[in-house]
Amino acid sequence: METLLTAFQLPDLESRFQARIDAEDKIEPKDWMPEEYRKTLIRQISQHAHSEVVGMLPEGNWVTRAPSLKRKAVLLAKIQDEAGHGLYLYSACETLGVSRDQLIDELHSGKAKYSSIFNYPTLNWADIGAIGWLVDGAAIMNQIPLCRASFGPYSRAMIRVCKEESFHQRQGYEIMLTLSKGSKEQKAMAQDALNRWWWPSLMMFGPSDQDSKHSAQSMKWKIKRFSNDELRQRFVDMTVPQAELIGLKVPDDQLKWNEERRSYDFGEIPWDEFWNVVNGNGPCNKKRLADRVNAHNEGKWVREAAEAFAKKQAQRTDSKLKSN
Amino acid sequence: MASKQSLIDSILILADSSLILAQRLGEWCGHGPVLEQDMAMTNIALDYIGRSRLLYQYAAQLQGEGKSEDDLAFLRDVGEYKNLLLVEQENGHFGHTVIRQFFLEAFQFPFYDALQNSQDQTLKEIASKTIKETAYHLKWSTEWVIRLGDGTEESHQKIKTAITDLVPFTGELTQAVSCEKELIDQNIFPDYDEIKRKMDALINTAFKQAGLELPTQVYMHQGGKKGLHSELLGYILSDMQFLQRAYPGLEW
Ligand SMILES: [Fe+2]
Ligand SMILES: [Fe+2]
Repeated sequence: METLLTAFQLPDLESRFQARIDAEDKIEPKDWMPEEYRKTLIRQISQHAHSEVVGMLPEGNWVTRAPSLKRKAVLLAKIQDEAGHGLYLYSACETLGVSRDQLIDELHSGKAKYSSIFNYPTLNWADIGAIGWLVDGAAIMNQIPLCRASFGPYSRAMIRVCKEESFHQRQGYEIMLTLSKGSKEQKAMAQDALNRWWWPSLMMFGPSDQDSKHSAQSMKWKIKRFSNDELRQRFVDMTVPQAELIGLKVPDDQLKWNEERRSYDFGEIPWDEFWNVVNGNGPCNKKRLADRVNAHNEGKWVREAAEAFAKKQAQRTDSKLKSN
Repeated sequence: MASKQSLIDSILILADSSLILAQRLGEWCGHGPVLEQDMAMTNIALDYIGRSRLLYQYAAQLQGEGKSEDDLAFLRDVGEYKNLLLVEQENGHFGHTVIRQFFLEAFQFPFYDALQNSQDQTLKEIASKTIKETAYHLKWSTEWVIRLGDGTEESHQKIKTAITDLVPFTGELTQAVSCEKELIDQNIFPDYDEIKRKMDALINTAFKQAGLELPTQVYMHQGGKKGLHSELLGYILSDMQFLQRAYPGLEW
């Protein structure tokens, strides 16, 4: 009887669901949703949350070495924002019925991914500039359309995130600008950083459209609004003039303005490298994950203590209430 | 009137202590026991950087040699640094970091509170800004002392070890050195005996609630305020000052 009912109702639910999406209605956690939609969101939002948190590591690297007190403060504030983004996103993900602990376990076991860009090392101070300018810049391109994602909690989390990201991008570009006006060594640092971060930044938009396995369905569900290649092109068009403005050379010999398309043509992305880093062979994959796992393991006793204490407190209030 | 040099030196004790502690807390960034506490420690580090900047700016202004906050932070060596020994101690485990913070705040809360009545206008203003942050830092660290002390057997043992390790660096906090004595005499700094009574009261109240005890008969190390440090400070400075030293005189 029950299966009959499901078989009868399911197509109806699904079409109503899709109709709501088409009408730009927000889907809320208690609403019915296809299992695949839920899974896709959990995968994407948790991957995003993990990226915020793992992304703290390459930048955190330079907190103790920032070259001025002001830069140190700005960098710390920026990284703190990223931690906050991680929190918003974990919370959004939890509304889909999965706990933060589960999600973190999946990151630590290697089952869940995070953005591959953070598997590259920060080798000189200009890398902090390049990350803000390029990595946060690319993140903004990706994230602005997500403010309109069909899932309510995700969309609302992204609105909060995006408010802060433009400050991140500006502070990064400002570091690059200062270096590019500086000494020969400082200019070299800036150029070196751009050389190393350019291609990985373009890879942040994901595989090319013909190789992107989740894209079509995500577009239909309005989790995604633009294709990877479209967003990548926008990023290139926005960023190349910014590089020129501060006298840096984008490391791509095939980069050329195409008057007809009113866009830049650019060279072939090194996809071999991309898949290698995704599959664990980037310069810092092992270190990044080990750092996260260690922090988590070493913090276990702290979390246990907090939990035990909270329990004791609750019991104390309880028995106080009873004795009154 | 207190000599200008004494005022500068006393300000540097506060400024250097703030910056070195911020450096230590900054090392936690990305490695905290849980995301919320990672953020809390970053938050506190940010307050301390901000405070050190105000104090360095004032010290530089008093010096009148055209130096900047960054000159004072990045171009002085170990012997010229006047921070408390307590703040250069390693982060250790989270319990060490909590206890280090708690001891310092137990001193600073009554100190900055009283400094709001300083005869020195600039210090007065800095104190009234600082006291709000300090109240939060004291609250954060007190809560964690109690949580860890009254949490699990393991956390209790760990925080006990941290107390034993760090108490020897607390004597210096309320032991005025000559530059501070001058300021105390001029009512620019508050009386340290009074601060010590308040500090002890804060520690005792928290420890009682946490089921912890303050060890007695401890040998107290001194010297930080006079530039006599542990081996640890050299590493902190070489990390922090690297770019300014390797590429001198540039804008960043
Ligand atoms: Fe972010
Ligand atoms: Fe960001």
